[in-house]
Amino acid sequence: MVPLSHYLILSAALFAIGMFGALTRRNAIGILMALELMFNAVNLNFVAFSRYLPQTMLQGQIFAIFVITVAAAEAAVGLAIVLGLYRNFKSVNVDEINLMKG
Amino acid sequence: MTQAFNIADLSTAAPEVILSAVAMLILVLDFIAPRGKRDWLGYLSVLGVLLTLMVVIRQWGATRSAFSGQYLSDPFALFFKILFLVSTALILLMSIGYLRGEGVDRGEFYGLILFATLGMMFMASAVDLLILYVGLETMSIPIYILAGFLKRERRSNEAALKYLLMGGFSSAVILYGIVMLYGLTGATGLKEIASSLTAGTGMFSNPALILAMVMLAAGFGFKIAAVPFHMYIPDVYEGAPTPVTALLSAASEIAGLAILLRVFLVAIPGLQVRWTLLFYVLSLLTMTVGNVVAIAQSNIKRMLAYSSIAHVGYLLIGLVAGPERGISATLLYTLVYALMTLGAFAMVILLCVGEVKGERIDDFTGLAQRSPMAAAAMLIFLLSLAGVPPTAGFVGKLYLFGAAIERGYVWLAVIAVVNSAISLFYYMKVTMAMYMRDIPPAGLALSPSRPLRVALFVAVVGTLAIGVYPGPFLDLARASVAGLW
Repeated sequence: MVPLSHYLILSAALFAIGMFGALTRRNAIGILMALELMFNAVNLNFVAFSRYLPQTMLQGQIFAIFVITVAAAEAAVGLAIVLGLYRNFKSVNVDEINLMKG
Repeated sequence: MTQAFNIADLSTAAPEVILSAVAMLILVLDFIAPRGKRDWLGYLSVLGVLLTLMVVIRQWGATRSAFSGQYLSDPFALFFKILFLVSTALILLMSIGYLRGEGVDRGEFYGLILFATLGMMFMASAVDLLILYVGLETMSIPIYILAGFLKRERRSNEAALKYLLMGGFSSAVILYGIVMLYGLTGATGLKEIASSLTAGTGMFSNPALILAMVMLAAGFGFKIAAVPFHMYIPDVYEGAPTPVTALLSAASEIAGLAILLRVFLVAIPGLQVRWTLLFYVLSLLTMTVGNVVAIAQSNIKRMLAYSSIAHVGYLLIGLVAGPERGISATLLYTLVYALMTLGAFAMVILLCVGEVKGERIDDFTGLAQRSPMAAAAMLIFLLSLAGVPPTAGFVGKLYLFGAAIERGYVWLAVIAVVNSAISLFYYMKVTMAMYMRDIPPAGLALSPSRPLRVALFVAVVGTLAIGVYPGPFLDLARASVAGLW
C-alpha cells in the first residue's frame, strides 16, 4: 500500500503549483484554474487523511464533497464575472483590468 | 456525533431557517413584481431581517447545540447574529434609494444581501470546521456577485474580479490550514480538536500544527483585511456599489473576525503564546499602514477602506490582550465600529445625488450650508471613527487600549494611541471641507430617501448612545464571551 506521506507530498506540490499559478498567471481564467488546483490539493489531503487515520470516521471525505460543491459554485460565479468583465474591457488580462490604483 | 438529524434542530436554527425562507421568497417575488416598482421587495427584506432579529433576541440566554454538535447557539454567536442583522437592516434601508438612483431595478440585490447575512450567521454559530467553511462561502459567493452588480460600470466589474480571485485564494489557504488540523487530530469539531491536541504528546511543537496555525491566520487575515493581506481591499471598496462596500466593511469583516476568534480561542488555545505574537505584529502593521496610507486618499470610499483596515488593527489588540477583558473589548468595538462605519457609508450614499457622486472628499465641501443636519451626522461619525468623546468610538478604544495595558502590552497601546492621532488628521480633512469651505456654485439640494434617513438616524443614535451610556453594551459584550472557553 502507498504510504500516507506520498499523498501528502503530492498534495503539497499540487498546492504549491496552484499558488504559483494564481500569483503569476495574467489571464483571469488561468488564475481561476490555478485556484481549482489549490482546492483539489486540499481535497486530496482530506481523502488521504480520512483513509489512513485510524481514529477518524468519514468527516474528511464528506468535507471533500462539500469543497467540490462549493468550488463548483464559485467557478460558476467566477466565470460569469469574467464574462461580464470581457463585455466591458474586451480582455481578460488582469494587467489591463486596472482602472483603480492598487 | 452519532445523534441523527431531528426536528428540534430546526427550532434551534430557527433564525437561519426564517432568513433563508425570506431570501428565497424575495428571489421568487422578483419575477412577479412589475418593472419599476420593486422598492417594496427592499422593505419586505427589512421586515424579514427584523423578524429574524426578534427570534434571535428571544433565544438570548440559552445555549443550545444542534446538527450533531456542529452548530452552537451560544451568547457569543447570538451577539454576532444581532450585530449582523442590525447591520443588514441598515444596509437594506440604504440600498433602496441607492438602487433607484443608479437606475438598477432588481430585487435579487436584496435577496443576495440576505443570503450573505445567512452565511455570516452560520459562521457565528459554527463550532465545526465544516459548517464554518460552508458559512464562509455562503457569505462570500453572494458578495462576489454583489460587488459586480453594476454590470455596465467597469470599476464594479474590476472590483468583483479582484474580490473573487482574492476570496478564492484565501479560501484555499484556510482550507489547507483546516486539512492540516484534521490530519493532526482526526476531528473537525473545534472542541474535539482542542482535546485531541492536549491529549497527544509533543503536539504543540509539531511543525505541521504551526503551519496550520499560520495558514489559518493568513486566510482569515485576507477575510478581515489585515495588513499585509489587504492589497485588494481599497480597489474592491472603491469599485463595489456603496451599500455593498458597507456590507463588506461592517458585516463581512466582522464575520471573519468572529470565526477567527472562535477558532483560535476554542480550537488552538494551546498555541496562545505563538499566536499572540503573530497577532501582535499583524495588529501593529494593520493599524499603522491603514492610517498612514489613508492620509493620501482623495476618494472618500478609498479613505474609508483604509480607515476600516486601521480599525481591524485596533480590533486585533483585543485578541492579543486575550481572555477575558480583551475579547469582550473587541466585541464591544465590533458593535461600535459597525454602527459608525455604516453611518459614514450612508452619508456617502446620501451625497450620491444627480451629477455629484459622493465619492470625492471635495464633494463634502460646504455640506454644513447645504444641509446642517447631514453635516452634523457626518461629524458625529467622523469623531467616533477618530475616537473622540462623547462618541462610541472613544468608549470602544478606551476599553481596548485599557485591556492591552492591563496585560502589559503598553507599547501596543501607545502605538495605537499615536495611530488614533494620525487618523484624526484625515477625518478632520472631511470636516474641514464640510464646515470651513464655502458651498460650491453648483451645490444641489440634498433629497435623501426616507429609508436612508431612518438608517442615518439609527446609526447616529447608536453611536451617541454607546458613547454616553456604555454600561449595558459592555455588560452585553461581557456576557457574550462568558461561556466561550
